[in-house]
Amino acid sequence: MPKFESIDHLNEYRRQLRARRDPSQPQVLVCAGPGCLPLGSEEVAQAFRAQLEEKGLSAQVALKTSGCHGLCARGVRVLLRPQEITYQKVTPADVPEIVETTLVGGGVVERLLHEEPETHALCRHKGDIPFYRSQQAIVLRKLDVIDPESLDDYLALGGYRSLRKAFFEMTPDEVIEAVERSGLRGRGGGGFPTGRKWRICRDTGEPIKFVICNGDEGDPGAFMDRAVMEGDPHAVIEGMIIGAYAIGARRGYIYVRHEYPLAVKRLQLAIQQAREAGFLGKNILRSGFDFDIQISQGSGAFVCGEETALIASIEGHIGEPMPRPPYPAVSGLFGQPTIINNVETWANVPEIINMGPEWFAAIGTEGSKGTKIFSLVGAVHHSGLVEVPMGTTLRQIVFDIGGGIPGGRAFKAVQTGGPSGGCIPAEFLDLPVDYDSLQQVGSIMGSGGLIVMDETSCMVDVARYFIGFLYEESCGKCTPCREGLKQLKKIYEDITYGRGEEKHLTLMEDLCAVMASASICGLGQSAVNPVLSTLKYFRHEYEAHIRDKKCPALVCRPLLKYTIDPETCTGCLACVRECPVGAISGLKKEAQEIDQELCIKCGLCYEVCQFDAVRRE
Amino acid sequence: MPMRKLADQVTPRTIEEVGLYINDTLVRADTSWTILRTAREMGIDIPTLCYHPDLPSEGHCRLCVVEIGEPPRTRLVNACTYPVEANLKVQTHSEKVMHARRLVLELLLARTPKAKIIRDLAHAHGVYESRFHTEDPEELCILCGLCVRTCREIVGVSAISMAGRTPDKQVATPFKEASEACIGCGSCAFICPTGVIPYTEKDGIRTIWGRDFELAACRVCGNYIEPLAQLEHWARITGDPVETFLVCRDCR
Ligand SMILES: Cc1cc2nc3c(=O)[nH]c(=O)nc-3n(C[C@H](O)[C@H](O)[C@H](O)COP(=O)(O)O)c2cc1C
Ligand code: SF4
Repeated sequence: MPKFESIDHLNEYRRQLRARRDPSQPQVLVCAGPGCLPLGSEEVAQAFRAQLEEKGLSAQVALKTSGCHGLCARGVRVLLRPQEITYQKVTPADVPEIVETTLVGGGVVERLLHEEPETHALCRHKGDIPFYRSQQAIVLRKLDVIDPESLDDYLALGGYRSLRKAFFEMTPDEVIEAVERSGLRGRGGGGFPTGRKWRICRDTGEPIKFVICNGDEGDPGAFMDRAVMEGDPHAVIEGMIIGAYAIGARRGYIYVRHEYPLAVKRLQLAIQQAREAGFLGKNILRSGFDFDIQISQGSGAFVCGEETALIASIEGHIGEPMPRPPYPAVSGLFGQPTIINNVETWANVPEIINMGPEWFAAIGTEGSKGTKIFSLVGAVHHSGLVEVPMGTTLRQIVFDIGGGIPGGRAFKAVQTGGPSGGCIPAEFLDLPVDYDSLQQVGSIMGSGGLIVMDETSCMVDVARYFIGFLYEESCGKCTPCREGLKQLKKIYEDITYGRGEEKHLTLMEDLCAVMASASICGLGQSAVNPVLSTLKYFRHEYEAHIRDKKCPALVCRPLLKYTIDPETCTGCLACVRECPVGAISGLKKEAQEIDQELCIKCGLCYEVCQFDAVRRE
Repeated sequence: MPMRKLADQVTPRTIEEVGLYINDTLVRADTSWTILRTAREMGIDIPTLCYHPDLPSEGHCRLCVVEIGEPPRTRLVNACTYPVEANLKVQTHSEKVMHARRLVLELLLARTPKAKIIRDLAHAHGVYESRFHTEDPEELCILCGLCVRTCREIVGVSAISMAGRTPDKQVATPFKEASEACIGCGSCAFICPTGVIPYTEKDGIRTIWGRDFELAACRVCGNYIEPLAQLEHWARITGDPVETFLVCRDCR
């Protein structure tokens, strides 16, 4: 990689790069995203390498490991270009057949194709799979086609073109104006208009400023930022360089949690490559502008993702939120004006500069522009990483993209926004997903977690789980959040153990109102969402727990009751042998009985009974 | 202490006098002031637990919340950290504010039912009983952090800190062992509003945070002055020999 000394030099290099690349050359792209990697991406890639070698195809076929392909439920995924054939659940044992049948023979290995759950239709090409068809990829666009460790791959797809455009065709003010006009809002949770944040920072007029990329991603189960950092690290870096140019920052930080070692490695490599190519460092592309980035590794606490806590953590202090104002844009890292944006926000910036703000603003809804990445998990056929235009309905995401609920079960709720998001019931399935609509129904966009729940979920238990998580993660600094979460946790324990009282419901509502308005940071303020939304939409479930001491979804163990139907019981004694506390007794070949005093509700009798004689209610 | 400045530490680029409305009264204040300071200048009583004029405010207790903005778009903010701005509308005792303060006091009353300062404040707000669960009836620490900030900002040794997150948040020495950095001055115990920091003095030994400190005796009258470690700390920061401090104030 040369060091680019001028735009012409870069243009020429890109032209040659393109000329060297033959679009009809067969490519094998093995997904090594967060979902597939633990399933054996490396082994699959290794098998391809060996097989191609054996067949003497190494020179003709380009083999790459790429970032996330999205449909994580069916990994390891392999994409074959230019035909765009996509295989799923590939193991090293499948590789010889793929090479033989597809690469050599031009055919398709049908058993590795995606099959639609309801129609059983086989999908040969990526575009045939409904999961992909309803999506619109901006940030994830390059993930499944580039090798994240290759700067050439990024350049070949137009990488660093936006940087060149911003530096040489636009003033910093024009860059900010473009971001403002695009309508881009922060993807890390709050949804604050990105351009406005940048302008506030620039307008401080302070000579020393910083930019930070928030890659903390503490939501359990979420991996959109991880996938972007691992799969397209240069996009994040390019976005940050443009942001730094716009506000006049000389130094940037990427804050990554230490549980993401691969993201750290890829970013480090990308930073190194960008420095060598002259996109980072002194006098970038001879523009006279200096900027460099370093990586800061976080301790992994959820609350460290909050911007003021994150800043404290980079400075080497305990990651605890501080009251705002002043906002970081005015007084941030080392007391200097700082813009802090989420990974996905940064990765959108080069696209906006390249395609223009009008293009971006044409996607999405009135108040929310562009696309949003969600990590879709829970009770859906196709869990994975999805990117959809703002305003896509929940129904489209859950049913068209997610393929609906497995096992013929009924949809119950979808939780958006991570642990402190609200649970949205079926009546709002046609809600367009954007910042404002979600807020109106008592949830948040958050950073893009999307958990689908079916009828087997108990909403009281769901809220209890999230409150338990937030209680563990709250920094404990301010009274409403610390003491409030402690009390909520206690109340949930009471309700799910059958000690709930009617007055608990109003007490929770009273407490949540104050936590929401009087906590220092977003954690305490939004911790109430899972509580209030379930209280609002699933109140009857709370009432069943409290009044009838029953869990309608049969989830809360202490409230379950196991009995044996004397008519059905054959007296085979299978349950008697299984019961760990000896609560079941009766004569052989006669109906058995469960001593409710002794029963610990473990459900083993229910599992083991072959005659369906054990009743659970 | 993170370097991000707080409202009362930031020097606005232009310090100017602005007009704002507190409880519908137009007042003039300096832009380097907080709402709390301005309100107190006006003689308005806003309760606080973790605020001290000589320490940086961190806004823990949330008792000083006030309502800003105009209905229906109002919100609660910390009076102790929120900077004054032109035309700001502030309500210090609105229904929303009082409701929040009462609930915060109810939570604190459940945490520390025996702490006199909490009981008094709660009573003053009409809260006599808490609807919430008390875990430890003997608990006295309200986690206001005054001790930690005093040790760090005034004493300058940072011997104690707030350790842990919500489930086990407490003020402690590093690793909960006798602190090397502690000089035994007792400032933390002095500032503590609930008297929860154990501190004893017997036979020329002061015990605090699990460490014994030998008290130095005055070279003239023989009365105990302060722990030797503290006099040595003074010697270090002033550059004077430790002997200078070995004479008590009365005998100087
Ligand atoms: C408890 C808490 C956790 C947060 N975690 C993250 C996170 O993991 N990643 C992130 O980008 N933003 C997180 N945020 C939001 C940040 O404070 C901040 O708003 C965001 O990084 C700003 O970037 P954006 O405007 O691009 O969204 C969190 C906020 C709170 C209150
Ligand atoms: S709201 Fe919770 S997490 Fe945020 S500062 Fe307060 S105690 Fe800490």
